[in-house]
Amino acid sequence: MSATSAHINEHRDDTASKLGMWLFIFTELMLFGGLFITYSVYRYSHSGAFHLAAQELDVTMGTINTVILLISSMTLAMSTTAIQKKDKRTTLILIGITLVLALVFLVNKYFEWSAKIGHGIWPGSPLLEELGRGDTLFFGLYFFMTGLHAVHIIVGMVILIVVFVFVWKDKLTFDNFQLLENGGLYWHLVDLIWIFLFPLFYLIT
Amino acid sequence: MTSNDSENKGYKSYLEEDGGRKGIFKWILSTDHKRIALLYLYSMMVWFTVGVVLGLLMKLELIAPGQTIMGPQSYNATFTVHGVIMIFLIVIPGLPAVFGNFMLPIQIGAKDVAFPRLNLLSWYIYVLGSILVILSLFGNGPPDTGWTFYAPYSFKTGTNMLPAALGAFVLGFSSILTGLNFIVTIHRMRAPGMTWFKMPLFTWTLYGTGWIQLLATPIIGITLLMVAGDRILGIGFFDPAKGGDPLLYQHLFWIYSHPAVYIMILPAMGVISEIIPTFSKKTIFGYKAIVLSTLAIAFVGYFVWGHHMFTSGMSGTALYTFSILTFLVAIPSAIKVFNWISTMHQGSISTDIPFLWAASFIFVFLIGGLTGLVVGALATDVHLHDTAFVVAHFHFIVFGGVGFAFFGAIHYWFPKIFGRMYDKSWAKTGWIIFFVGFVTLYGPMFYLGMIGMPRRYFDYLDEFHGPNIVSTLGALVMIAGLLIILTNLIKAARHGEKTTEMNPWGGTNLEWQIPTPPPLENFDEIPVIEKATYKYD
Repeated sequence: MSATSAHINEHRDDTASKLGMWLFIFTELMLFGGLFITYSVYRYSHSGAFHLAAQELDVTMGTINTVILLISSMTLAMSTTAIQKKDKRTTLILIGITLVLALVFLVNKYFEWSAKIGHGIWPGSPLLEELGRGDTLFFGLYFFMTGLHAVHIIVGMVILIVVFVFVWKDKLTFDNFQLLENGGLYWHLVDLIWIFLFPLFYLIT
Repeated sequence: MTSNDSENKGYKSYLEEDGGRKGIFKWILSTDHKRIALLYLYSMMVWFTVGVVLGLLMKLELIAPGQTIMGPQSYNATFTVHGVIMIFLIVIPGLPAVFGNFMLPIQIGAKDVAFPRLNLLSWYIYVLGSILVILSLFGNGPPDTGWTFYAPYSFKTGTNMLPAALGAFVLGFSSILTGLNFIVTIHRMRAPGMTWFKMPLFTWTLYGTGWIQLLATPIIGITLLMVAGDRILGIGFFDPAKGGDPLLYQHLFWIYSHPAVYIMILPAMGVISEIIPTFSKKTIFGYKAIVLSTLAIAFVGYFVWGHHMFTSGMSGTALYTFSILTFLVAIPSAIKVFNWISTMHQGSISTDIPFLWAASFIFVFLIGGLTGLVVGALATDVHLHDTAFVVAHFHFIVFGGVGFAFFGAIHYWFPKIFGRMYDKSWAKTGWIIFFVGFVTLYGPMFYLGMIGMPRRYFDYLDEFHGPNIVSTLGALVMIAGLLIILTNLIKAARHGEKTTEMNPWGGTNLEWQIPTPPPLENFDEIPVIEKATYKYD
């Protein structure tokens, strides 16, 4: 091992990693914060149109996806407990379930989006121009915010796949599982943002 | 020179320690914070040269009314690219990425930053961002929106706006990761005994800066993504034709970009707070006041963005509030100036070159700061908004602030970083020419703005001709000084006289208590800090 890489590996500081992850989560909250501000401003200036446009969204589909994400957060939290109990098999199964749920979420999202696009609603579509400014902004925000959220789901899945492989290869163990915990923190953030997106778009009508 | 000399101690400096790699890989694969700092330094020097050339072209265009060397479209592109390069590639990352990276771990007695690999990744992201910015020059022509990318023009212009905006987004990501790394490093890696109020002031300012980088940068990230959405998908967030609000863009943009000014200036203030006590041989006056004013600036700086929009259309209440808050930020800045002056008072001052840069920093910072109040006051701003006055104010505070502090910093830490010494008399010659040129270049623009010359035009009325000639001559003088300074430093870095003196200036921080140039891991043993820094016995 070269001098330089030895010099990296000798300082393992789980508290620092966790602190770093929390700080990163703050930046993610600010990133979505910009969109939430934009949403509030346009909700205020076009409240009537937003009210009607929100009724176009499929509440059942949204509810199912919310439940899926909540369960996936639970299974991932359980996997963090499992690894501390040195139960590798359960850990892997729980991370696997989380990944499957994330995939189901994306499939649902795909059907939801294609239904909207099938009805002629997509950013910049001619139908939206006819419907008026409030609808344009509502669906613009809808596609942009849920789209950015979906990107975060995909990033989260990539992180969880890495974590899965590391647990599989015993690189993450009961006394060294910070990466799993950080992956979990990120996943809960993605979940949390959805918890705000769901009422803003589907429930407040 | 026995105790002050690090020769014959049988160690390998970080410049000799190559990690078993060859050629350029010694640099681009190294996770050593000192090498990463130099990677940033070299990349920034390249961009700085490009930015300076563009600035010079603008001044040459303005030497006479009418078209001199370029037409309106080229002029618009020139000031846009000049702004994007200077702001996003140089002054925002400048001091933290170069001197912060190099000095922060050493100043708190750590062997490296908390996340060395993330640190290297930040540099790669920086390079990616700068490539995107450069790509914007090709294709449909360089962007012409100004560095602020104001909507709706930014999504309507036919020029290559998208790569520039995405470049700024990517560079923001690099900035966030650097800030995150520094905050965690300061929280977790201080040496035993290095309590919060024993930390050197440069480190303190990097801490304040880190929080601004972390919490403000994502806002511009999302805003630029929304502009991209407007441009690519035609969503209409900021398009009045589709119900969007261009004013909202301005708010979101300045929510980041005003705190960004403090990302630029806080580390500069930190550098000055290091140089002044070292060359006055006196404890810094009011250490805690400087620390608290740093945090106060970082905090209040979030709530003043509206002063960029006094003429854009806001409610009266919003106008008054933003103006009052702007005046409040002036207080902690002034506290710092008083502290620096009081430190010098009755000190044993040696006018070495870093001190000269620091002293001239205070001079230009005062002018820049006080003219900031002129444009921060509602009534005067209506008169001066979008005139050359604003350009002069901005360059006094940002180029005068960050630029002077950067040159001060590089002359101060140069022997430690490179283990070589530059020619001091050439350094002083370069400084005085640069300083005179600087004031001659930007000084007349205050006057031009007051008599009504608008900014961002390639042409002007005959009555503005005289001061513009003075300003362009000043630019030439300043660039002559700059050439002397840079040649002197580059020559010294390559062939300068070797030095192993640990503490050439008589500083008190930890960086002056380790060998020159520092070994790979900075300290053989993590030091235990007993007394406060800036103590001269």
